[in-house]
Order: sequence, then C-alpha cells, then structure tokens
Amino acid sequence: MRPVIPYVVAALLFGLGVYGVLRRRNAVLVLMSVELMLNAVNLLLVTANAAPLATALGRPAPAPVAPEPSSAAETAAALPYTGQAFTLFVIVIAAAEVGVGLAIVLQLYRLRGTIAVDDVRLDTHTPDRGPQATVASPASPAAPGPATRGAET
Amino acid sequence: MTTADVLMLALGAVAVGAGALVVTTRHLVRAGLYLVVSLGAVAGIFLVLTAELVAWVQLLIYVGAVVVLLLFAVMLTRAPIGAADDLDRPGWPATLVGGGTGLGLAVLLVDAYRWSTVELPEPGTAERLGTEIFGSWVLPFEVLSVLLLSALVGAIAVSVRIPGRRR
Repeated sequence: MRPVIPYVVAALLFGLGVYGVLRRRNAVLVLMSVELMLNAVNLLLVTANAAPLATALGRPAPAPVAPEPSSAAETAAALPYTGQAFTLFVIVIAAAEVGVGLAIVLQLYRLRGTIAVDDVRLDTHTPDRGPQATVASPASPAAPGPATRGAET
Repeated sequence: MTTADVLMLALGAVAVGAGALVVTTRHLVRAGLYLVVSLGAVAGIFLVLTAELVAWVQLLIYVGAVVVLLLFAVMLTRAPIGAADDLDRPGWPATLVGGGTGLGLAVLLVDAYRWSTVELPEPGTAERLGTEIFGSWVLPFEVLSVLLLSALVGAIAVSVRIPGRRR
C-alpha cells in the first residue's frame, strides 16, 4: 500500500473544505464544507494509524516517538489503534457540532429570514421583533403565515 | 501498484470529485447528495485501510444522520429549488486560501512519504478497537458523552426560544 495516496486525498479534501467555508454564503453549505474538513482529518488519522511515518520509510521509529519497536514489521504488528479511536471521537464531535450548528442556523432563519452568512450584521443589533402575529394565539385573525416566517425588517 | 492502491486511487478520485462538486454546485440539495457520495467514498478508503468499524460508524453517523440533518435544514430554511445564483460570494481569496491549504498540505505529505510502501496491518476488529478505547481512552470517552449531552441540551435550548414571543 502506498500511504501517499490517502494522505494526498485527505489534503485535497481539506483544501476543498477551506475553499467552501470561505466561498459559500449559505450557512447550511458552510456547515457541509466543515463536514468535508472534519472528514479529511478523519482520513488522515486512519491513514496515520495504518502507516506511520517511521514504518513507511522502513526504518525504526526515532526514540522520542516510539522507543520500543526495533524493526518495521514489528511496528506494523504492534500498532495501537490510537488513530482509529481518535477518529471515532472526531466523528462524535462532528455529530454534536452539526446538531448545535443547525439549531443556530434555524434560529437565525427565524430571526432574520435569511441564512446568508454575510447578511449577518455582528456590529449592529436589530431589535428582536420576530414574527409578531405568527406566534400569537391561533385565534388571532391577522396571522399572515407559519411561525417560521422570518421577520422582514 | 497493488489492488489496495488502485482501490484507494479510485475511491479517492470519487471523494475529491464529489467534494469539489459539494463546494461548487449551484443546487443546494444536490450539494447534500454529493456530500453523501464523498463521505461514502471516504468510508470505502477506511475499509481498504482495514479500519472496518470506523468505516461502518462513518456510514451510520455521517451518511445516516448528519446528511439527513443537513437536508432537513435545507428544507426548513426554504432553500431555493433548482439552481440558485446567490449561493456564492465572489472570491479569489477563497480560491487562494483553499487551494493554498490543500496543495501545501499535499506537497508536505508527498515530501514526507514519497513513494514508499507499507504492509497493510491485519484487518482490524471491533474488539481491538474497543480494548483501545476502554483501555487507554476512557476519560475522553466519558467527556465525550458529557459533550453529547450538553450539545443536545444546548440545541434544544437554542431552538425553543421563538423570537417575538412574550414571556
């Protein structure tokens, strides 16, 4: 196996994710690009688990990294699964991140009626008016639409 | 070039191609579907790299849960159906930074690994991975469960507050 192939794939995926985060306006698409970046890191971790640098170069690992193994074959046989364990951790963190991120995006949509990230003004705070009549009592006759309609301020 | 190399090259091409479509397509829903293809191809690479459990977890959580969540968000925010022109902001900086990051990392890794070969380790079992997690990484595991709980509570707390409601 040539470890350079999955490594280059991971690097390119990460670059695509960075490009997407910087380029996209839609917040959901930004979240998708973040997923691409996280996945590139996962791929990097799994590949590094299967092919650490010392093993790939066919020489024993330098002392501070792994003091014990003496030959490349021994290193490959005794590989711990640290990379894969961390991949699982990263997957869990990505799931938590996307949950909270989407909650924030939906709330932003309810508040402003748009999820374009460059329409979000961080320096000015628009008063939190929201869809007034929509969340009032259902008996209110003037309700113009569903509760998710954004505030057209 | 062994079979594993050919498989990884093909799957990597699929992953990178679908990823490029995710960040360039003008259809919002299609971006989510291309993301499925890209993540699935990465799961295939995991399988080739003998990380079976990670591959299945990737399929279950990413393709099964995260992408469905993203597609729900696309629907709930009334995304435009069909091609939309306002999804991108004009950006040479994005091309510059993204391309620079990707190509720079690629050059770094190619320089480190050259064209060397490694023996693939024997196929991983869930038992070994479980031993690793519950042996060396118990504390991060527990912290992650607290993180998941707080993310759940936080997502609910953010969502229940409807703007404009009088309290």
